[in-house]
Amino acid sequence: MQISSLVLLLAFLTLLAYRFGRGRAVRLVGGPRGVRDLHSLPSYYGALAAVWCAVPSLVILLAWQGFSDRVLTHLTVQSMPASVPALPAAELGLITNDVRNVIRGSVPPASASPEIRAAAATYQSLESAARAGLAVLCTLAAVLGGFVLWRRIAPDLRARNEVERLVMWLLIGCASIAILTTIGIVLSVLYEALRFFGKVPVTDFLFGTHWSPQMALSADQVGSSGAFGAVPLFAGTLLIAIIAMLVAVPIGLFAAIYLAEYADRRFRAVAKPLLETLAGIPTVVYGFFAALTVGPALRDLGQMLGLAVSTESALAAGLVMGIMIIPFISSLADDMITAVPQAMRDGSSALGATRSETIRKVVLPAALPGIVGGVLLGVSRAIGETMIVVMAAGLSANLTANPLQAVTTVTVQIVTLLVGDQEFDSPKTLAAFALGLGLFLTTLLLNIIALKVVRRYREQYE
Amino acid sequence: MSRSASADEQRRARVAASLKRRYGAERRFRLYGQLAVLVGLGFVALLFVSIFSKGYSAFEQTYVRVDVNYDPEVLDPAGTRKPEDLADGDYGAIVKAALRATAPEVESRAELKQLYALASNSAPRALQARIAADPTLLGRRESVWVLASDHVDQIVKGYIRRDESEESRGVTDLQIKWIDALRAKGALERRFNRQFFSGGDSREPEQAGVAGAVVGSFFTLLVTLLLSFPIGVAAAVYLEEFAPKNRYTDFIEVNINNLAAVPSIVFGLLGLAVFVQFFGLPRSVPLVGGLVLTLMTLPTIIIASRAALKAVPPSIREAALGMGASRVQAIVHHVLPLAMPGMMTGGILGMARALGESAPLLLIGMVAFIVDVPRRLTDPSTVLPVQVYLWARSSERAFVERTSGAIIVLLVFLLVMNGLAVLLRSRFERRW
Repeated sequence: MQISSLVLLLAFLTLLAYRFGRGRAVRLVGGPRGVRDLHSLPSYYGALAAVWCAVPSLVILLAWQGFSDRVLTHLTVQSMPASVPALPAAELGLITNDVRNVIRGSVPPASASPEIRAAAATYQSLESAARAGLAVLCTLAAVLGGFVLWRRIAPDLRARNEVERLVMWLLIGCASIAILTTIGIVLSVLYEALRFFGKVPVTDFLFGTHWSPQMALSADQVGSSGAFGAVPLFAGTLLIAIIAMLVAVPIGLFAAIYLAEYADRRFRAVAKPLLETLAGIPTVVYGFFAALTVGPALRDLGQMLGLAVSTESALAAGLVMGIMIIPFISSLADDMITAVPQAMRDGSSALGATRSETIRKVVLPAALPGIVGGVLLGVSRAIGETMIVVMAAGLSANLTANPLQAVTTVTVQIVTLLVGDQEFDSPKTLAAFALGLGLFLTTLLLNIIALKVVRRYREQYE
Repeated sequence: MSRSASADEQRRARVAASLKRRYGAERRFRLYGQLAVLVGLGFVALLFVSIFSKGYSAFEQTYVRVDVNYDPEVLDPAGTRKPEDLADGDYGAIVKAALRATAPEVESRAELKQLYALASNSAPRALQARIAADPTLLGRRESVWVLASDHVDQIVKGYIRRDESEESRGVTDLQIKWIDALRAKGALERRFNRQFFSGGDSREPEQAGVAGAVVGSFFTLLVTLLLSFPIGVAAAVYLEEFAPKNRYTDFIEVNINNLAAVPSIVFGLLGLAVFVQFFGLPRSVPLVGGLVLTLMTLPTIIIASRAALKAVPPSIREAALGMGASRVQAIVHHVLPLAMPGMMTGGILGMARALGESAPLLLIGMVAFIVDVPRRLTDPSTVLPVQVYLWARSSERAFVERTSGAIIVLLVFLLVMNGLAVLLRSRFERRW
C-alpha cells in the first residue's frame, strides 16, 4: 500500500470518528433537543474522537518514515553473505549505495553484480512486507483509538476541556520550536566543531595566520599546523564590516535625522518607504551589483588614479554591504529619534538653541543608546552577510588592512568549504562548522547586547 | 546698574557675532541630512537602473529564419515513417543544409564550421519536435525561425562591440558579415523570448530559462508556508494569550528574538547537519530547503503575529468570556479572525524574505546544475536567487543579461508579494 493512500485512509477514518463521536454524544441524550444535558457541545465529542483516532496512527506513521530505511538497510545487510556485514563502515556504505541505486532504478539492474541485485530484491520484499504491516498497524491503531474514546463518551465527559488541553499542548509545542531550533544550531555546530578541534588544535585555529584548507586534503597534511589559521578570515570579515559601517552609519544616521526632524510630511511619506526598499532587495542582487558594476568601476577608477585595485576588492564588497545596511540603521535611528519626548526639544528651543544644536546636544544624546543598539545590529548583519561577499570579495585569504586588495571572510569560507559533495570526516568540512560556531557566537553576543540596550532605552521613555 | 547694562550689551554683541556661525552650522547640518537622503535614494535608483538596463533585453532573443527541406532520405533512411525512427533522424544535417543555403559561396571546412555556429545547437531538436507534431511535413520545405546562438544574439543586441578583436568578442568577422546579410534579408529577428520563461537551466545561454528555478522556488515556498504559518500563528497565540510569565516562556522569547537576528547561513549549517546528515533526507530538494527556510522565517512570523494579536483590544476577549465562552473559544472564534489580516501580512512579508534567501540553500546543495523542471517536492532543484548566483558566476558573456533578467523576475515576484501585503493591510486593518 502506498503511503499516500494510507494517509487518505487515515483521514477518512478520522472523519468517520468525528461523525460517530458526535452522533453518539447526541444520541446518548436523546437527540438534538437534549444537547443541553451534555457537558460540552456535541462537536467537541466528535473532535475528541477524531484526535484519538488520528494521533496514535500518525505517530506510528512518522516513526516509520523516520526509521524504516535504517532498519531495512540493516536487515538487508544482515541477509547478504556473511563477509559483507563484517566490512568496514566505508565499504559497507559503498555497497548499500549500490543497492539503493538499483532500487531507485538510477542504475540498470543488468549492470549490477548478482549479489547487489539479490540484496535489492531482499530490500524490496522486506519493504513491501513492512509496508503492509504498517498499513495494518496504522489502521488498527486508528480504529482502536477511535473506539476507546467512542466507548468513553458519556454526557458528563468533559470533552471541551480535554480538547482544549490538547490544543494547549499543541500550542506549547509550536512555541517550543524556537528553543529546539536554538538547541539544534548549538548542538549541530558545536558537535562538528569539537570534532574539528580534535584534529586541529584550537589555538592553531584561533591564532594561526595561514589559511589554506585545500592543502589539508592530502593525508600527510591533515592537521598540519598553519593550514587552518583563521586570523586572515576574521581580519577580512572585520575589514569589510568596518567599510560597510563607515558607509551605512553616516548616511543612515543623517538620513534618519533629516527625515525625522526636518523633512515635511509629504517628502517623508515618499522617501522613507523608498529608502526601505533597500532592505527588501535580495542579497544576491547586491552581490551581482557589487561584482559586476561596483567592482570593475572601482578598478577602472583606481587605474585612472594610478592605484592597483583588484576587481574583487574589500572596498567594493564593503561599499555595497553598506548600502544594504543603510535602511536598518536609518529606520531604527528614526524610531529612536521620534521616541525622544517633544518636551525636550521644546525646552532646548526655548533656551535659544538652533534646531541643529537641539538635535546634536539634546536629541542625539537622549537617543544614543538606541542608536548604538541599531548600529550593533547592523554590525551583526554585516558579519553574517554571505552572498555579497561570496560574489564580490574573493577567496584568497590575505591578511591585509588594505581595502583595495581582495580578502576573504568567514561566511565565504563556510560556503566554499561546504558547497559540492563533501565527506563529513575531513577537517576541511568540519572547519566550516568551527567557523559557523564562531559566527554564531559573535552575532549572538552582538544581538543580545543590542537588544538589551534597545529595550532598556525604550522603557526609559515609555 | 550701568555696569550690568554694559555687560548685557556685551553679551548681546557676543551672541549676535556668533549667530552667523551658528546659522551656518545649522545650514550645513541640514545639508548633510539632505545629502544623506539623496545619496540613499541615489543608490536605490542606481541599483534599479543598472539591473533593468542590463536585464530588459533578456526578454527578447534573436531568431534566425532558415529554409529547411525535410529530406526523407536524411530523416528516415529506412523509410518506415514510424515515430521512433523519425525521432532518430539526423536533424543536425537538415539544419546545416539550410544554413549552407543562406551562404552558398562558403566552401572551406573552417568557414562552414563558423556558419553552422550561427544557429543554436537546440535547432535540430526544434525541427524534430515539429516533425513529431506533424509527420506530414516530411518531404516538404518550410521556413522556420530557430534560435540563433548566443554570440549572434549578443552582437545583434550590441553587447559585443564590433570593434573588439576577434578573439575577445568570440565572433569572427565572417560571421558578422553573414549576420548583417541575414538582417538585410529580414532573416534575423529579435522576438519575445519564450524559452526564458518556459525552459530550465542550460549551459548554452540562449537556451537557458528560469522556469526550473521558479518552480523550485514555488515548491520550496509552499513547504515553508504550510509549515511556518500555522506553527508561527500557534506559537504567537500561546505566547501572547496563554503563556504564564515564567522562566520557560521568558526563555522562549529570548530565543525568538535572537533567532530573528541569527545570520541566515547558520540555518544552512543547521539544515545540513540535522536534516541532511542526521535524518538522511536527500540533498538539493525543495522539501529540505523549505524546512530550513521555515526555521529561518518562523521568528519573523511569530513576531508579526504577536503584534497583530496585541492590536486586538482586550474588550473583545472580555465580551466573549462574559458570554460564557472558554478562553480557547474566545480566541479561536473572536480574536484570531480579527488578527488574521495582520498575521497574513506578516506571513507574506516572511515569505518574501524567504523567496530572496539563498545562502542557507547553497549549503544544502540547491546549487546543482539542473536542467529539468522539478515536478515533485523531492526532485532536485534550485531556486530563483540561487539561479541568479549560478548565472552570475558563469563566464559566458551572454549570461550577464540572463542574470539581470532573472533578477527582474525575482524583483517582480517580490513586488507582487509586498504589494499584496500592503493591500491586505490597507483593506482589512482596523484601528480600534
